[in-house]
Amino acid sequence: MREFFKYHFNKIREINRKYAKPRATMTKGTGLALLILRVYLIILMGILFFKFITILKG
Amino acid sequence: MQEEIKAKVLAGGARRYGIGVIPRLYYYYRRVAKWLAIFLAISGPGIIVMVADNDAGGITTYAVTGARYGYGLIWFLILLGPVAYYIQEMTVRLGAVTKRGHAEAIFESFGIFWGWFSLCDLVLIDWLTLVTEFIGMTAALSIFHIPPFVTVIIVSVVMSIMVLQGRYWTWEKIALLFCGVNLIYIPCAFIVHPSVSGVMQGALIPGFPGGLNSDIFFFLMANIGTTIAPWMIFFQQSAVVDKGMDEKDIPFGKVDTFVGAMFTVLLAAFVIIVTGTVLKGVPIESADQASRALIGVHKYLGTFLAIGLFDAGFLGAICISLATSWAFGEIFGWAHSLNNKIKEAPWFYGSYFIAVITAGMVVLIPGAPLVMITLFVQVIAVTLLPAVLVFLTLLLNDAELMGEYKNTLFQNTISVMIVVTIITLSTLYAVSLLFPNAFK
Repeated sequence: MREFFKYHFNKIREINRKYAKPRATMTKGTGLALLILRVYLIILMGILFFKFITILKG
Repeated sequence: MQEEIKAKVLAGGARRYGIGVIPRLYYYYRRVAKWLAIFLAISGPGIIVMVADNDAGGITTYAVTGARYGYGLIWFLILLGPVAYYIQEMTVRLGAVTKRGHAEAIFESFGIFWGWFSLCDLVLIDWLTLVTEFIGMTAALSIFHIPPFVTVIIVSVVMSIMVLQGRYWTWEKIALLFCGVNLIYIPCAFIVHPSVSGVMQGALIPGFPGGLNSDIFFFLMANIGTTIAPWMIFFQQSAVVDKGMDEKDIPFGKVDTFVGAMFTVLLAAFVIIVTGTVLKGVPIESADQASRALIGVHKYLGTFLAIGLFDAGFLGAICISLATSWAFGEIFGWAHSLNNKIKEAPWFYGSYFIAVITAGMVVLIPGAPLVMITLFVQVIAVTLLPAVLVFLTLLLNDAELMGEYKNTLFQNTISVMIVVTIITLSTLYAVSLLFPNAFK
């Protein structure tokens, strides 16, 4: 079991190293699209969190 | 090649000297036959992903839409066909040019944050959707008095055999066979004798039965949600790669996707025609409920609809579980082809079996919150769909990556319009699911 987790944690570290530097050129358009996406996801997560709290309180 | 030149000369000569209609016809026949042979060899991923898109959740949405609004929203589904084609066509180009799956493309181009976000979200959505497919399949077979545990076992065994035979080609042909079973909705529509003028009116004249209110808006968004799903993008790109499609195969891949899109719209319309004819105004909440109601109307109708629902769930299940395993394999560097034997790709097949077995087991848990899971799938899908669509558009604009196959200005204009519309509507749909009174 320990070996299993060790193998996979190492694998994840290896993946993080392999893809650490994004290949896509960060043009203004790309940067803006990714920024909007981040904001969108933060808002969406906020709504989901709010709903979760509402359910818990209800 | 030499034969082709000979045939061209023959055809040209025939035209020039006004002789040999038969050789000219023979030349055209040979051209069409050759094109068709190549198309049949290359087609598969597009048709499968599009027909599988009409999964158990999709059939339920169409059945309920028909029961609620009759033929009134068929036009909207016809509009969704080109939209689905447009998105999936981009995955064909991306897969054929880069020879990488979508998960790997995101990791490589946008880094680990977006990569892990997409992978984890995909795994969660796929697994939950897989549960809903099992819900659909067990509900469909319960109409034939088959207990859920028998359905789960049989489906898991068949799904395992399909991938373990060791060839992508065989898997694809079996999947296409199941796609053919989906055609069962066509005789259903003829059995109910729909009003042809009513169907034509619903298909050709856009309108909102009862006006554009929050209820119909909910249905429009639900139909979008079932037509464009994140797993489809991951699945088709990985299938294109696993099949070994190349740049030269892109035109065939596009036709394959186009044919699939036509099928998906046609079959969805037929489901709506069936329930719109027989069950209009009946409060139907699911496809299996519609099947039960239809059994009382005609001895084959309900049975056919139940078979179709099972087939839809099965097709969805085989594609969704593979989409996850392919994505894992790409990122973790495991062997991840259906052409690999189980010994060569244990992690790939292992993740596939774990997904199938655990999803099947959830359905068997007494009192499991299955309705909640179904709703949750639709909500959580909205967190991945915009990201995937944005990444797809950005990747298709990467000149270094795509070369001559990058999006043109015209393609980008349409693509951006589709992406913005889908993101807006699917977000509103998720909000309306979370807060049912938000738009009332």
